[in-house]
Amino acid sequence: MPILVFIESAEGAVKKSSAEAVSYASAMAAQMGEKEIIAIALGNEVPEESLANLGKHGATKVLQVSDERLNQGVIQACAAVLHQAMEKTGSDILVLAKSSLGDPVAARVAIKQQAALASNIVALPNLDEGFVVKRSIYTGKAFTYVKLNANKKILAVKKNAVDLKEDGNPVTVETFEAVLSDADFNVKITKVEKAEGEVLLPEADIVVSGGRGMKGPENWGMLEDLAKVLGAATGCSKPVSDMGWRPHHEHVGQTGIKVSPTLYIAVGISGAIQHLAGVNSSKYIVVINQDPEAPFFKAADYGVVGNAFDIVPKLTEAIKASKN
Amino acid sequence: MKILVCITHVPDTTSKISFTDNNTKFNSNGVQYIIGPYDDYALARAVELKEQSGGSVTLLNVGGSETEPTLRKGLAIGADEAIRVNAEPTDAFFVAKQIAAVVKEGSYDLVLMGRESIDYNGGQVHGMVGELLNMPSVSPVMQLDLEGDTAKVAREIEGGKEYLELKLPLIAGCQEPIAEWKIPNMRGIMTARQKPLKVQEAVSDETMTSTLRYELPPPKSGVTLFQPDQIKELVDALKNEAKIL
Ligand SMILES: Cc1cc2nc3c(=O)[nH]c(=O)nc-3n(C[C@H](O)[C@H](O)[C@H](O)COP(=O)(O)OP(=O)(O)OC[C@H]3O[C@@H](n4cnc5c(N)ncnc54)[C@H](O)[C@@H]3O)c2cc1C
Repeated sequence: MPILVFIESAEGAVKKSSAEAVSYASAMAAQMGEKEIIAIALGNEVPEESLANLGKHGATKVLQVSDERLNQGVIQACAAVLHQAMEKTGSDILVLAKSSLGDPVAARVAIKQQAALASNIVALPNLDEGFVVKRSIYTGKAFTYVKLNANKKILAVKKNAVDLKEDGNPVTVETFEAVLSDADFNVKITKVEKAEGEVLLPEADIVVSGGRGMKGPENWGMLEDLAKVLGAATGCSKPVSDMGWRPHHEHVGQTGIKVSPTLYIAVGISGAIQHLAGVNSSKYIVVINQDPEAPFFKAADYGVVGNAFDIVPKLTEAIKASKN
Repeated sequence: MKILVCITHVPDTTSKISFTDNNTKFNSNGVQYIIGPYDDYALARAVELKEQSGGSVTLLNVGGSETEPTLRKGLAIGADEAIRVNAEPTDAFFVAKQIAAVVKEGSYDLVLMGRESIDYNGGQVHGMVGELLNMPSVSPVMQLDLEGDTAKVAREIEGGKEYLELKLPLIAGCQEPIAEWKIPNMRGIMTARQKPLKVQEAVSDETMTSTLRYELPPPKSGVTLFQPDQIKELVDALKNEAKIL
């Protein structure tokens, strides 16, 4: 039976996390001997060519629901469409990226489909003892192996759970007609405030994050410069967003965004357990802190003990030099 | 205005996590339990809304009798009454079923809970309850104000915020800065003892998943330190060992 993948977009482009979800579905299909991976995109903002390119990541077909009302992520409407798509395509597994839209949508589809749902998945399923997934729990401090007992399954996949597949070929994009009622849009989106042209924090491969040691918002320029040469997103500790130095959507940790990038660079952050909870699934951690006793060094792969104001500009220059 | 606040009973955020019985059970030895931090924000906002426009705040937890001190703490913070559904919260679907039954029975106008629990990190329950009751659900909510039967909500999205208007009743998964955490005062703690705490049995025992075992991440192998004048060496390590740049 086909595997369905929910595609999210940002600024008219397919999100990288969704491309990863397609790669995940493709690797899982190979395990199960399935052939069909159907990606479904909602709204009409993403150009057909980009959708066709989902084939590179492993999709065998792409469906697009070109209803303009779906350009904004209305949770109930998205859930209604995915439910219909699972029915019409005969899919018994839905894969999506864990995200601020993916999570609540998955929950509603799970009820409609009477499906078993697991989120925060960090690896491909194990099919030896039923259908078992590994998920991250206790905010990154542990993992659990969960068996999904229903015939239908929904998997919300965490960033970096599988490598991005890029060796497939573009595929055809077909229109999917969904039946939507006004009741599916009973939420009015009055305004959207969104940083444009920025690397999104949960999507980023590299994150440059600053803490109270940065002394004030006026000093963020050097972190932004470093982020720029790395193509990174910027993050911060909780007190930094509490004091309004940085917007809340950059707050990383137990009560903020949980990131799992390839590289996390922490500057002037002490490494409180609640901050570490949000970053401990990063592949590599670099810590810059003037206090050699800062707890963050215990969780780091690389560290520099010293003044951030001196080290960060040097690091930016050294990276620039290494790229030439 | 009848508000229901669903809270989890979870290990304190500084807890060291470990498992027993061949990694099949959480080791609660020496662990302090708290109201889930996200649920705590939801409760704080519920109490503020009650102070502004009247009504009542009911707390709900699905759990064994060991969660009662956590419910009492919520009563001390300002909830009026509490319900405990006497069952192990085995999975998100099971918990959502219990909550949906309580919401239906009590005809609540607003159901608040945290965006996710900090033990299971599912982030699923609010959406499931919404779907079970055919009500709108929104999460993660950073701002929530009421104007008559309309809720004005700010929801966090990647890279920003989305402002929404929707009609009550509704379910919201909350996070900061919806309100500031409230610390119970002496009077709150005293009156909490007299407030009603009702225990009821589960309405169904259906689950969709089962937990087989737990695992801890492998320990970090230790940090490699560079001097402030060795930044080039750091960059080389990132390039050659970590293969990032
Ligand atoms: C329930 C709960 C949830 C929480 N959730 C979160 C969360 O999600 N995210 C989070 O981050 N925190 C969270 N916290 C707060 C957390 O406990 C810490 O207070 C917070 O992470 C500290 O932030 P910080 O490291 O920026 O500041 P500090 O602890 O003040 O550390 C500043 C660091 O900067 C260093 N420094 C100072 N000057 C320089 C310089 N010139 N150069 C280099 N280094 C310098 C210092 O040595 C110090 O290590 C939570 C707390 C609780 C109780």
